[in-house]
Amino acid sequence: MDDYNFAYLDEDTKRMIRRALLKAVAIPGYQVPFSSREMPMPYGWGTGGVQVTAACLKPDDTLKVIDQGADDTTNAVSIRKFFQRTAEVAVTERTQDATIIQTRHRIPEAPLQPGQIMVFQVPIPEPLRFLEPRETETRRMHALEDYGLMQVKLYEDIARHGEIATAYAYPVKVEDRYVMDPSPIPKFDNPKMNDSPALMLFGAGREQRIYALPPHTKVESLDFEDFPFVAGKADHPCAICGSTESYLDEIITDDAGSRMFVCSDTSYCQERSVQ
Amino acid sequence: MTPLLQVRGIEKRYGGRIGCIDVSFDLWPGEVMGIVGESGSGKSTLLSCLAGHQPSDKGEVIFHGRDVLKLSEAERRRLGRTDWAFVHQNPRDGLRMNVSAGGNVGERLMAVGERHYGNIRDTAEDWLQRVEINADRIDDRPRQFSGGMQQRLQIARNLVTGPKLVFMDEPTGGLDVSVQARLLDLLRGLVRRMGLSAIIVTHDLAVVRLLADRLMVMKGGHVVEQGLTDQVLDDPQHAYTQLLVSSVLQV
Repeated sequence: MDDYNFAYLDEDTKRMIRRALLKAVAIPGYQVPFSSREMPMPYGWGTGGVQVTAACLKPDDTLKVIDQGADDTTNAVSIRKFFQRTAEVAVTERTQDATIIQTRHRIPEAPLQPGQIMVFQVPIPEPLRFLEPRETETRRMHALEDYGLMQVKLYEDIARHGEIATAYAYPVKVEDRYVMDPSPIPKFDNPKMNDSPALMLFGAGREQRIYALPPHTKVESLDFEDFPFVAGKADHPCAICGSTESYLDEIITDDAGSRMFVCSDTSYCQERSVQ
Repeated sequence: MTPLLQVRGIEKRYGGRIGCIDVSFDLWPGEVMGIVGESGSGKSTLLSCLAGHQPSDKGEVIFHGRDVLKLSEAERRRLGRTDWAFVHQNPRDGLRMNVSAGGNVGERLMAVGERHYGNIRDTAEDWLQRVEINADRIDDRPRQFSGGMQQRLQIARNLVTGPKLVFMDEPTGGLDVSVQARLLDLLRGLVRRMGLSAIIVTHDLAVVRLLADRLMVMKGGHVVEQGLTDQVLDDPQHAYTQLLVSSVLQV
């Protein structure tokens, strides 16, 4: 343990990240550049989220790490172990007990509490990227609030599929100003970001961007008047705990096409099954 | 009546070379102005300076009492999707090639705040028909269209918000003559019916003969002659204009 500084990163780096975080919190939804470090893991595995978590961790924090809602998948297990080893912080699988939750692609089902910090791993922070490949141009579009193009994407969805078919990384507008990519969370989770009591931080390591939603920020999903946003999920109860409210994963169980739907949030599901 | 657009002493240099120098004119509401000249005469430079696509070194362009060259980028962009429109020579520059025809027409509407899918779609269908594109092709991509259709789609996309002033850079370039004729016919109808003012840059004298009320002839960055179209073409005064007019093959 003594071979590492607390939470792996050196103090200067953490300070640099914290400054970016402060700026991000001050301008909700704005992408703040930061000098992302190389981490002992490949890009795409949460290097951005890990750096944000490292910059926020205190020795008395309790950390929860989830990957697609689950506490026990590879990505979650290895990041949790990483901080157990380098920061010796307490870890938990219960959402209610955690002070910092690092997540890949989900927001937990249990309501978040004031004082909690959500850290999102972000692959592509720029919501306009696939519409406009030039970074100089997308920055100018954000600066000028030139968001017609984003609406064109939703229009194309309806024209082609009869509904807004974007199911994850569904673009949101923050405080009537910036259009933001909420990271690839299912659109089912979008409403949880609006007026959330918890602080939400987004880290993109490869793209070197940090952005944030301070507590109780207004977050609206983009839509059309006659095609309003719907937070969709599979129309089944969970096969294990029976919940009809949680977001479900579809699991193929054999080659004959049988499938089951179970909660993607394993901690929530387990708690309900025990009760 | 006041002019829609007042252009005063526009100048643009590329280092030591001249783009265009000391260009001044008034454009009145409902008037179509043609700019002709050979390649390199500065007509495209002039057009992009007027439209604000590149900064000019000197001069002013007054629209609705304000010098548009001094507008902030945000205001200029707003102008560019409301009162102004720009039709590029190559439809690929003016269209989004991987967005459907309906999305292309609807983009300007959505950019100015339209958020009702049904209305956007109806307007797009209406405009496709106005430019003689079948409404059942609304969900096709522009790359599935012929060159002439792409150009007409670009025109629909630009006119959908009812602009007052349209800049056109060689709108019939690269089209074969029969398609050109239909496009010109269509443009003339739209311009007259909507009461548009337009500035059309071209090297094709037939285009200006058909569309333009007034004509400006450029050579080497200077305006060498301007006046009513028929007057300039039928009784050219400047040596270069005489050369230009006499170069047209009379069939």
